Amino acid sequence: MTTIAAPRTRGAGPGRRTSRGNWELYGWVFMRASGVVLLVLIFGHLFVNLVAGEGISAIDFGFVAGKWASPFWQIWDLLMLWLAMIHGTNGVRTIINDYAERDGTRLVLKLALYTAFTVVVVLGTLVIFTFDPCPANSPADLLPSFCTA
Amino acid sequence: MTAVAERSAAAEPKAGEIPSFEVTLKIRRYTPETHGDEAYWEEHTVTAHGTDRLLDALHKIKWESDGSLTFRRSCAHGVCGSDAMRINGRNRLACKALLKDLNPDKPITVEPIKGLPVIKDLVVDMEPFFASYREIMPFLITTGTEPSRERLQSPEQRARFDDTTKCILCAACTSSCPVFWTDGQYFGPAAIVNAHRFIFDSRDEGGAQRLEILNDKEGVWRCRTTFNCTEACPRGIEVTKAIQEVKRAMITRAF
Repeated sequence: MTTIAAPRTRGAGPGRRTSRGNWELYGWVFMRASGVVLLVLIFGHLFVNLVAGEGISAIDFGFVAGKWASPFWQIWDLLMLWLAMIHGTNGVRTIINDYAERDGTRLVLKLALYTAFTVVVVLGTLVIFTFDPCPANSPADLLPSFCTA
Repeated sequence: MTAVAERSAAAEPKAGEIPSFEVTLKIRRYTPETHGDEAYWEEHTVTAHGTDRLLDALHKIKWESDGSLTFRRSCAHGVCGSDAMRINGRNRLACKALLKDLNPDKPITVEPIKGLPVIKDLVVDMEPFFASYREIMPFLITTGTEPSRERLQSPEQRARFDDTTKCILCAACTSSCPVFWTDGQYFGPAAIVNAHRFIFDSRDEGGAQRLEILNDKEGVWRCRTTFNCTEACPRGIEVTKAIQEVKRAMITRAF
């Protein structure tokens, strides 16, 4: 049995705020394009980490440190991080627009979303480029075993 | 001979008698002047025939048992688009839905179309719907001097937008769209279908303006291709396809 909400008493006329421009168009195209690129990036990532070589048993701190020593994997991971975050954030933004009825709810949800986006992207980018497995002047007991040099 | 004839007459329906069945309608009513501000369900049982449509059952209720039941209908033959309603959870024209096709064994639910303000019972305020329709400028736009004869068009050019000329503005599509239900800001399938009808008309020169209008935050990009509109359209218009064609026209224009 389906029921409908109480009849709405909202006044006539859409009272729509016009927002012309290609912003939504670019967003729509970006979602399709980034989706295809992410498919390659993510499955490539999964294959290299989990299947290739020794497979899943090879993954440890040293494995990640080794990957991030190469600019190729730095760029790969950076692209994956940014595309996935923008793609996902835009998707959630769409869902908020579709499902949040009140402007207040919409504002709060979007603020939370954009905050999460900023934190993850900034932190992730910082880690990818400044990661150093053997920081200088660290106590030896905190360093991984391969930091003998 | 006579005895046989009498016996078969008792078992079978009389010659010329039309078989009938009982059908219960569960109608979502909203009558603020007598029943307060909350909508409520009301059941009516009527006797119907195999050729009766839902609209005939509604007529029977209104004319014979409860005159306060309110709904819109004009032509009653699927052309005017007045009697779109939510029948068993699907948007249909009451005048095109045969009772026997709606599973009359169970009560048939009848509600007003969703997403538009209800005025009374099954009558909704269509103004927000028509406001979106007006916004896409549903009229021929041309430049230059008027030709002294008809604006000619090849059969192929006419076929390009033939599907979207069928719209009767019943709002079955727009009020079946979940994106429209949320806040009613989305232009809605019907407005886009009617824009499509002019955008792809070789005689019209307002295509760019119309694409500009629909390239809005609340325009075609809010379509999630759920196909509710295509399923709801009583004229069989491929509504979702038309919306995607407008999207494609915008993308090819932008790049």
